[in-house]
Amino acid sequence: MRIVVCIKQVPDSAEVRINPETNTLIRDGVPTIINPYDLHALEAGLQIRETAGGKVTVLTMGPPQAETALREALAMGADEAVLLTDRAFAGSDTWATAYTLTKAITAIGADIILCGKQAIDGDTAQVGPEIAEFMDIPHISYIRKIVHVADDRLVAQRLMDDGYDVVESSLPVLLTVVKELNVPRLPSLKGKMAAKKAEIRRMTAADLQADEKNLGLSGSPTQVKNIFAPESKKDRTMLEGTSEEKIDSLVKELVGLKCL
Amino acid sequence: MFIKVNRELCTGCEACLQSCPYDAIVMKDDKAEITELCQLCRACLSVCPEGAISEVREANDDKETAQGRGVWVFAEQREGKIAGVSLELLGAGRGLAEKLGTELSAVLFGATDHDARELVRWGADKVYHCDETGFQVFNDEPYAALLSKLIAEQKPEIVLTGATPIGRSFFPRVAAKLTAGLTADCTSLEIDPETKNLLQVRPAFGGNIMATIFCPHARPQMATVRPRVMKRGTYDEARTGEIIKVAAKGIASRTKVVETVKEVSELAINLQDANIIVAGGRGMGSEKGFQLLHDLAEVLGASVAASRAAVDEGWIPYRHQVGQTGKTVGPKIYIACGISGAVQHLVGMQSSDIIIAINKNPEAPIFNVATYGIVGDAHEIVPMLTRKIKEAKGL
Repeated sequence: MRIVVCIKQVPDSAEVRINPETNTLIRDGVPTIINPYDLHALEAGLQIRETAGGKVTVLTMGPPQAETALREALAMGADEAVLLTDRAFAGSDTWATAYTLTKAITAIGADIILCGKQAIDGDTAQVGPEIAEFMDIPHISYIRKIVHVADDRLVAQRLMDDGYDVVESSLPVLLTVVKELNVPRLPSLKGKMAAKKAEIRRMTAADLQADEKNLGLSGSPTQVKNIFAPESKKDRTMLEGTSEEKIDSLVKELVGLKCL
Repeated sequence: MFIKVNRELCTGCEACLQSCPYDAIVMKDDKAEITELCQLCRACLSVCPEGAISEVREANDDKETAQGRGVWVFAEQREGKIAGVSLELLGAGRGLAEKLGTELSAVLFGATDHDARELVRWGADKVYHCDETGFQVFNDEPYAALLSKLIAEQKPEIVLTGATPIGRSFFPRVAAKLTAGLTADCTSLEIDPETKNLLQVRPAFGGNIMATIFCPHARPQMATVRPRVMKRGTYDEARTGEIIKVAAKGIASRTKVVETVKEVSELAINLQDANIIVAGGRGMGSEKGFQLLHDLAEVLGASVAASRAAVDEGWIPYRHQVGQTGKTVGPKIYIACGISGAVQHLVGMQSSDIIIAINKNPEAPIFNVATYGIVGDAHEIVPMLTRKIKEAKGL
C-alpha cells in the first residue's frame, strides 16, 4: 500500500497572543508545530502500513524551515519525506496549494492519501477535498474510524453533526481525519536518531513539471484584500452586588430582552 | 505580485516586523527586508509610517475577469430537513442579488417538491431541484459533479452554502474543478461598490485576525458561510418562483454511504442550532460540576457545551467542545461558566448575540467578549441562577 500523508507546519496557536496595543499577533518565540490534525493522519497511515504493509511518505509544502516538521514525522515512523519548496509557491491559496500537492502526489504515487481535517492557522479544510478532485479520486472527510482496508477498497466512519455516516470507497482515495480517530504515537529515540540523518527529497516547481500560471499567487483564484483585528465588544455590563443581587439583575435584563 | 521595501524611505523603525503574521520581515543593515516566508497578505502595507512598503504588480496579475450572473445558494438537507443556514443564506443572498441587480437561485439536492417551494417562499426566484434517489443522501462525488455541471451551464457569479460538514466537504471539489475561488467559513459578505467583487470576511489564525478575501478574476466566487451569522429573510407564503427539475444523467460515484447512524444520546446537543448554550470550562472542577450546567440547561431549554480543557479532563464528550478545534456556535445566549476565555475558545462562540460570563477571576479574558459579566464562583452562581430562572418562568 502506497500511503502519502500531507502535513503542514503551523504556529502553535495555543501560544499565539495578541498585542493589545497594536492589535497584531505576537509571534516572537511562538514555536512551530506539525498541525495537530495531521499527526492523527500520520498515525492512521502508520497503522495502515502495520497491517497492510507498504510505505508511508510524508509530504509538505512550505519554506525550507518546514524540514523540521518532516523530520518529526520521520521520527514517528514515516519511511520517507518530501519537501515542496520554491518561491514560486508563495501566496498560494487552497486551490494553488492543492494543485501543487497533487503534482507531487502524482509523482510519488499513492493508494491512500491522508490529510488532517484542517490546519489550525488557516482553518479552511479545503485542501484535502481539492486534491481529491484534481487527482480525480474519491474522498471521505472527517474520518473518525477506519473500519476496514482491503487492496481495492476501504470502509470508514465519517463524523457528522448528528452522528456519523459509514462510507465505503474504492481506492485510491483521500481521507481527511479528525482527532477522535486515534492517539498519535510519540517518536521513539531510535526514530529520532534515524530522522536526524534521513535524507529529505526536495522538489521545486521545475521538478513538478507544473504549469507556472497555476502556482503561487498567480494560480490562486482568491486573494487577501486586507487583514484587521476582530472587533471587541464595548457594551459590556459587569453586574455588581452580592451573588444574589447579581443574578437578580441578570434575570431582570434577560426578561427585559424577552430572552426567557 | 510581490511586496517590496523602498530602502530609501525605510527608517528602520521596525513597525512592520510586528505586523507580519508570517515572520517574513527581517532587519538587514537597519532596513526592513521581505523574506521568502512572505505570503503576500499585505498586512505590512498600511503599517509603515513612511509608506515605504508597496506591492509590485506583474504582467500576469491582470487577468480578465470571467463572466457570471446571478447569486446561488446551495440549500443543504439531511433526512429531508433543510438546514437553518440555508435559509439564512437565502436572506443574505437576497441582499447581494439586489445590490448586483440580479436574481437569486437556490439549488436543492434531495428532499421534496414541497421543500423546493419553501425555498421560494424564503426568497429564491428560481430553484434547481434534483430529487433522484442517489441525491437524497449526501455523497461528495455526485453532489460535486452535479453542482459543477449546473454552474458550468448557468454561470452564476456567486455560489454560497453553509460552512457545515456537508458544505465544507464537497464545495472544495466544485471549486477545484471549476477553477473558482472558494473562501471557507465566512462571517460577513459584502459587495465592493466599485468593482462589484464579493468581499468575504473570515477569521484566520484561530480568530486572532480577520481577513477580507476576494476573487479578482475567477468566477464564480464561492464561499461557505458560518451558520447563525446571517439573518433569515422574510417568509412569504404568496411568493412565486420557478422550480427547475434537474436530471443527474451519467453521474457516478466511487463512494457509497452504507449507513447513517444517529448518536441518540447526542441528539439534544445539536449545538449549531441551539438558541441557548450553557458552557463550562476547567472552573467547573469535575463531571459533578457539569451536572450544575445540565440542570441550568434544562430549565432554559439549552444545550450544554464545553471548552477544550473540560473535554480533555473527560468531564464531557468531545462532541460538546466549542472553539477552534471544536464547533463554532452562535446562539442567542451563551452562558460561559468557569471558562477563562482562551482565544481558541473565543473564536468558537464570540458571534453569540448575548454572552454571559461567570468566572472567579475578574481578569479572565472571557469578560472582554461578555455582554454581562458576573465575577463569582460558578458553583455558587449557577445553581442560584437555575433557581431564579425557574421562578421567573413560573416553574
